Amino acid sequence: MNPDSSAIRIPHSALSRRHLLKAGGALVVGFVFDAALPRTLTAQSRGATTDPSKPLDPAIVDSFLAIHADGSATVYSGKVDIGTGMRIAVAQMVAEEIGLPVARISVIDGDTGLCPDQGGTGGSNGLTRGGMEIRRAAATARRALLTMGADRLQRPAADLTIEDGQVRPLAGGAGVSIVSLVGDRQLSVNVDPNVTLVAPAKHTVIGKPLPRPDVVDKCTARHVYVQDFRLPGMLHGRVIRPPAVGATLESIEAASLFGIPDVRIVRIENFLGVVAKDEWAAVRAAAVLKATWTDAQTLSGHAELARHVREGAIDRDQDIVNTGDTADALRGAVKTLSATYFWPNQSHAPLGPSCAVADVRDDGATVWSSSQGTHGLRANLAKVFGLEPSKVRVVFLEGSGSYGTSGYDHAAADAVLLSKTVGQPVRVQWSRQDELRWDPKGPQQLLDLRAGLDASGRIVAWDTQMWLPTTRPGARAFLAADAAGIAQEHGMSSGLLSQNGDPPYETERVRVVAHWLKETPLVPSNLRAPGKIANVFAVESFTDEIAAAAGVDPVAFRLKRLSDARAVEVVTRTAQAFGWKERPSPNSAAKQGTLLAGRGVAYMRYKQAENYVAMAMDVTVDPASGRIAVTRVVCAHDCGLIVNPDALKNQIEGCIVQTISRTLHEEVKFDRSRVISDDFASYPILRFPEAPAVEVILIDRPDQPLMGAGEAATAPVAAAIGNAVFDATGVRLRTVPFTPDRVKGAIASASKGSSAGDAAG
Amino acid sequence: MPTHGFRLNNRAVSVESWDANQPLLYVLRGALGLHGPKFGCGLGQCGACTVLVDGQATRSCTTPVSRAAGRAVTTLEGLGTPERPSRVQAAFVAEQAAQCGYCTSGMIMVTTALLARTPKPTLDQVKQGLAGNLCRCGTHTRILRAALRAAQM
Ligand code: FES
Ligand code: FES
Repeated sequence: MNPDSSAIRIPHSALSRRHLLKAGGALVVGFVFDAALPRTLTAQSRGATTDPSKPLDPAIVDSFLAIHADGSATVYSGKVDIGTGMRIAVAQMVAEEIGLPVARISVIDGDTGLCPDQGGTGGSNGLTRGGMEIRRAAATARRALLTMGADRLQRPAADLTIEDGQVRPLAGGAGVSIVSLVGDRQLSVNVDPNVTLVAPAKHTVIGKPLPRPDVVDKCTARHVYVQDFRLPGMLHGRVIRPPAVGATLESIEAASLFGIPDVRIVRIENFLGVVAKDEWAAVRAAAVLKATWTDAQTLSGHAELARHVREGAIDRDQDIVNTGDTADALRGAVKTLSATYFWPNQSHAPLGPSCAVADVRDDGATVWSSSQGTHGLRANLAKVFGLEPSKVRVVFLEGSGSYGTSGYDHAAADAVLLSKTVGQPVRVQWSRQDELRWDPKGPQQLLDLRAGLDASGRIVAWDTQMWLPTTRPGARAFLAADAAGIAQEHGMSSGLLSQNGDPPYETERVRVVAHWLKETPLVPSNLRAPGKIANVFAVESFTDEIAAAAGVDPVAFRLKRLSDARAVEVVTRTAQAFGWKERPSPNSAAKQGTLLAGRGVAYMRYKQAENYVAMAMDVTVDPASGRIAVTRVVCAHDCGLIVNPDALKNQIEGCIVQTISRTLHEEVKFDRSRVISDDFASYPILRFPEAPAVEVILIDRPDQPLMGAGEAATAPVAAAIGNAVFDATGVRLRTVPFTPDRVKGAIASASKGSSAGDAAG
Repeated sequence: MPTHGFRLNNRAVSVESWDANQPLLYVLRGALGLHGPKFGCGLGQCGACTVLVDGQATRSCTTPVSRAAGRAVTTLEGLGTPERPSRVQAAFVAEQAAQCGYCTSGMIMVTTALLARTPKPTLDQVKQGLAGNLCRCGTHTRILRAALRAAQM
């Protein structure tokens, strides 16, 4: 068969704003509705087809909540559920307020055509901010329903309640259904930010471990991931990225695609893609298309990263914490310690690589994406690709878990550019290598710590110096737009990186200084517990160093310096459940056969203002191979009010296991030109034989505000492992990942009598 | 174009492919419109694409469609429905053994094959049985519980 391949070169001007602004038409565009599509998908599109006047202003109750004539309700959430259980938790909060059964409440999340803009989902803010906004809308609806019911029943609203879809007298007697009060009509009331919520003592739905409805769909292939979404007439696209970061495209040979059916090449300056009807044809075409690129050597190489960071150009220095002259206090200290800690670049490494579908037409564009910030993505796509924002709709479809800003937004831009260019809907599926090479990376972090003790063992000074990628205003740049030579912003942000660099323990003087780096070799972005993950690793490992130097048990050392009762409780409950015996570390005599055994503890309060988390671990270390095994984890977790304890536990377990993987295995490797850790062999993640037993103790505080729990429990993991390894071996690990080679090396150099531990940077 | 005939979830199907080396995964997700088997790596490293071929857990991303000819292929869709789940599916639901759930199909397929071979596995046998399957969300503890629960059902 002859390939229908044509090398088409699109002049840049074809993509101009003027061209695309000609578009007219409705808000809802290119949305093909197929009755045969599975349930999850029709739910996602229902509002669009039935109610185009749906309000989106977050000040209005109806923007978040619609009560239907059939006695069901739909909640519209700007924040998205990326496998976290956010949807069930929001449904429970709404059910609590409006008195409908949870099963009758469906949640549509992240569809910019239906859901208010509540900001991106990240920093565990899904429930704290997004969910609480929705809960206040539901509570305002409750008050309105009670008022309407009072009118209808001729009784004071204070004598009424809402249960099972009825406004009823508290004293019993006939009620009126909320459907008859509002069904399918808008309430037209503003959200009262100070509305009274159903009191914790009266909670009947909040606090229940209800199963997540998506789980049964996921276990039976009914759930439609963005990777599963298809449109009629859709083409499969692949983008061919340069072999070196910053390389330019010199030439291509279209004839190299001979034999692959119905494939077209799209080239726009250095943007190179293929589209085909058949997905396998697109995969093959991307693999065999002959392209000649220039060389480029702009990166430092991962082996040089710590040095590169220490010597890097500084954007600015910032005092994060400063409670007194630490230099002076260190000079006066009886004992001082110092250490350097390093955390490498890591990848989000979603199990399913990034994917998006775009349908760009003359009258607007629809994009299906699992971006964690669909509203932001929509604005950015519109701006960069010259589309009228009101005519761009981004529909959220859950993808493979993303844990931050992974490649999903880039895949959406790829799909938009290809669809715009070829005039048909295009689905772009990144390969495994695309994902691990090109997702923006969790940033590397370098920390220097110093502490001083007085004769009584008090910490008189603590000094943290941290090197972090700076924040630049503006949207993050799309890979596709840069390659295609389309002007765009080059913002840089990776989350709140500088938090938790100070000890949570009583310390006389603390200074934390952030050195914000102008550039880092790999583009940084938010990756679960950004910043905190390395800061807590350093602070909690260093705390352990101080405790060991003082010859004090690590739990006792911490408890003596904690005064917050909630902090004390998580540490105490962890120690109890773990069966912690008081003694100082190390305890190198503990052996299991040829393995060394140890236990470690770590504690932190997330962002020094949110969740309290403590954990203890058992590990073994094989001195011959350097292999660490985490065998048991006990974690006590206090995030205030608990909405759904089972979904919460699932998140906490995930935080712990994923971070064991990050700690033991994960480092993005790159040379001068490219990322070279580009599959699961070169970027290994934890496998089942390494899975520890995990026990989570939830501390529910119904009278306290709820706090997001999607990432806090990641932060103490690395330190707890490192502290346990120290307990087992007397060797301090200060560089992640704790690979067998690194561990073996550290043990060997310790036994040679040099200072115990690996040197970072 | 050559056609390849096999049984899929208990019915006979026949698909055309321009390339006899086309991985079964693309045929299942493309022409046959299934969602169970997932693309995770295309390299045989993650197990997300696992299906049963004549009852054996098989990575469909590295299995050419031609090799499925004449065989019986089962995907997650073929095991059960939300109303009538297989026991492994039911156990995964009971344990809420998914976060994003992208790995779940592969986990359920491998567990199904494992329990057919080893009806009462130990925890260690389950860990070894699932050693080739990756879960990025860290749902391991629940998946292990689900597999052991299924063995009791
Ligand atoms: S997709 Fe087949 S093993 Fe990863
Ligand atoms: S649940 Fe997300 S990869 Fe396993």
